[in-house]
Amino acid sequence: MLNNLERKHEYSGKLFVVEGIDGSGKTTQLALLAKWLSAEGYRVFVTEWNSSVLVKAATKSGKKKNALTPMTFSLLHATDFADRLLYKIIPPLKAGMIVLADRYAYTAFARDVTRGVDRQWVRELYSFAVRPDLALYFRVPIDVSLDRLMARRVKLKFYEAGLDLGWSANPMESFRLFQGKVLDEYERIGEEFGMQVVDAVLSITVQQRLVRALVSPHLRVEAAPETVDEQPVG
Amino acid sequence: MNSPLDSAGTGANGGIQSGRYYGRGIPYLPIDGYPGKLIAIEGTDGVGRSTQIQLLREWLEVQGYGVVETGWTRSPLMQPTIELAKASNTLNKLTFVLLYATDFADRLEKEIIPALKAGFVVLSDRYIFTALARAGVRGVDRQWLRSLYGFAIAPHLVFYLRVDVETLIGRILKSRGMDFWESGMDLKLGDDIYDSFRAYQNRLLREYASMADEFHFRIMDARRSMAHIQDELRKQVAAFLERGDGAPAVR
Repeated sequence: MLNNLERKHEYSGKLFVVEGIDGSGKTTQLALLAKWLSAEGYRVFVTEWNSSVLVKAATKSGKKKNALTPMTFSLLHATDFADRLLYKIIPPLKAGMIVLADRYAYTAFARDVTRGVDRQWVRELYSFAVRPDLALYFRVPIDVSLDRLMARRVKLKFYEAGLDLGWSANPMESFRLFQGKVLDEYERIGEEFGMQVVDAVLSITVQQRLVRALVSPHLRVEAAPETVDEQPVG
Repeated sequence: MNSPLDSAGTGANGGIQSGRYYGRGIPYLPIDGYPGKLIAIEGTDGVGRSTQIQLLREWLEVQGYGVVETGWTRSPLMQPTIELAKASNTLNKLTFVLLYATDFADRLEKEIIPALKAGFVVLSDRYIFTALARAGVRGVDRQWLRSLYGFAIAPHLVFYLRVDVETLIGRILKSRGMDFWESGMDLKLGDDIYDSFRAYQNRLLREYASMADEFHFRIMDARRSMAHIQDELRKQVAAFLERGDGAPAVR
């Protein structure tokens, strides 16, 4: 059996991952982290969950016809992830870059299990994934995340609100029920995989200070900043 | 919870039980006690699977059994994506495996399980073994593959139409010729399509052979005449269906 998620990778680059439900503020924190790392001279590559071209078409048509089951939803996202891992994540890691992932396999563990997929099966499914050097979990109460999403006038998406499960026809209520269970899964996953918890209720600046403090120790040894071209060596 | 319907399986030593999930299964879809039967016909390209299934279906329906056919990569959800990916040649082996697994999951949930629940005989033209063989040849971790397909249902019967590579080459050349994927050209096994086809199909046959015991294949010699194979299929299917499942053929 593959057990890549359980052992340290051998690439010269670094993989940092942010996790959390919608409205936890993880994307904001990741963007600020990327800014800082770039300013420090590191080469940074950012990748998002569910962003590969190959399966976007299938996911879309599935959503339109409301045709995805929890299993096909899970497998489609795994396909997407495999594609992204091999084309977008591993090459920069091999090249010694810093890869920042907005959501990772843990998102699948939390969501798919909440949808009723077997907990062990989905972990084995993703056992080809590279273990992150650091995974940050932005812990937030449902009400805070909903307030943030509402303030941005974000329309709750069908699958993100768990509307496919039919727990409630009301998107807000469905979001609350679904993401509430997702949060429970995240708590379990955080312990299982050693994710660092960030209190996502704190101010953006305070959180970012914490994030940078957690990232710093991973930057020291191998991933030294690139030599700048304008300063010829010797 | 063992029902007599499971008697075709070899649950005695805790192994595979026909009509049950192979592995972790789909927790939200319990299938215990479903009256339908799942029969898979496996074999490489050009062994005459489709013809045999057509004849078998005809015969089963005459006997009074309701029959549903299913194939490999025919789900409306994934067909366009798989065709696109094949055409653009961008698939790596992992995404290839996962796309096929997604497609199968869709068919399993929307066609196979409902049919089994309703008491149909489901005839599957190829089953997960095709995916396992193709991925195995391409070096995908075998344990991982088996865990991935742990959501599949173990068929009540698996017929494997076995053929040697020489016979296969003759048949393929006579009918439609060799294509890129059937020849495993993505594996770069040989400079020309003939060499590649030969090497690839040989490896595939070895993969199927290695699965025969594990998955309880009933092996049929595909070099025999179509009529002879059909006779043998009917004999074995009849023996299975009439064996104490309370639903004998309509006379």
